[in-house]
Amino acid sequence: MSEDRRTFLKEVGFAALGLGCGFPLVRAAFAEAQHGTNQDAEPSSQWAMVVDLEKCLNGEVRAACVEACHREHNVPEIPEADDEIAWIWDEEYKHVFPDQVHEHTPAELQEMPVLVLCNHCTNPPCVRVCPTQATWKRESDGLVMMDQHRCIGCRYCMAACPYGSRSFNWRDPRAYVRTDESGQPLSDFPTRTKGVVEKCNFCAERLRDGRQPACVEAANAVPGGEGALTFGSLAEPDSDVVRILGEKHTISRRVNLGTGPNVYYVV
Amino acid sequence: MSDRAKALSGLAVFLVLVAFPTWQTLGAAGDAARPELELPENETECIEETEYMSARHMELLNEWRNAVVREGETEYTSTAGETYTMSLTGTCMDCHDNRETFCTRCHDYANVAPRCWNCHIEPEGS
Repeated sequence: MSEDRRTFLKEVGFAALGLGCGFPLVRAAFAEAQHGTNQDAEPSSQWAMVVDLEKCLNGEVRAACVEACHREHNVPEIPEADDEIAWIWDEEYKHVFPDQVHEHTPAELQEMPVLVLCNHCTNPPCVRVCPTQATWKRESDGLVMMDQHRCIGCRYCMAACPYGSRSFNWRDPRAYVRTDESGQPLSDFPTRTKGVVEKCNFCAERLRDGRQPACVEAANAVPGGEGALTFGSLAEPDSDVVRILGEKHTISRRVNLGTGPNVYYVV
Repeated sequence: MSDRAKALSGLAVFLVLVAFPTWQTLGAAGDAARPELELPENETECIEETEYMSARHMELLNEWRNAVVREGETEYTSTAGETYTMSLTGTCMDCHDNRETFCTRCHDYANVAPRCWNCHIEPEGS
């Protein structure tokens, strides 16, 4: 044999080193490829909302939106803030857009009330972490849906959502749902139960019937609130949302995270 | 010996008492009264055969649930070819409008406690 013992050992050593370094790279490449295919499966259409911050300065408009949504979906009114459930609510500008304010931003802008709700992200982190697929991205129209039958209340989605759009039912919501005189809840939308997570569903039940979301309808019904909220499909080039996004300066929440929020704000 | 008689009779009483659960049910054995369900007055047929419905309605409801919630479908075509809207509170409760005298009576008899109504809202007047 021409190879001596020393050369042989050297070669084996290098081969082992090569394999050791190579495998993680190959694995990473595979993971990348798989992740890539996930992103390819983007919804064929995507509902989006544009919120006009100036028109929403009117407290009546915001209150009407919240009231309409919470009434429509039998959202419980729990007095204790820790257990509160909300689908759409007011938040201060500096908390909604933490990366848009700095120490010299005028206080009135920092404290300006902004309507917030689920962003129905293009790349929703809540969906990625859900262990039971109780929350998922609907391929037909891009809604981030919830299946309350499947939710096990692990709250991973709440931890994953960077917008705090989700609420957990710490107690039985039935006792806190508003009812009429005969004790019947105001809407026939199913309530939730203790131990599940809930959030805005972009009024999937109304979209099915070709209607606009409750908040949009409510805002338009308030004098001066017309066009405060605009809802439509990003896939239709002549929809109102696409038109506004093309004409006006709009921002969305924490875009640097890569979640692809679909609620836009006209500033 | 008088002690023997005492011991035997004591033993007999003991055995009778120990076997109480056995002989007590022997006499009372028989099926629990079957629930009497109030059926809809204006309808004669359910969406599928009655036998199928009473035995498998929970499976059908599960199928409906998944189809509506997850697939976004709304219409169900029965084996007879009729189409119905897949809705517990709409379609089912439209005919079976009294939960107490229909659903609950049988569920109590079968000792099952479905949790549909923890969330779903009974239509008014039912």
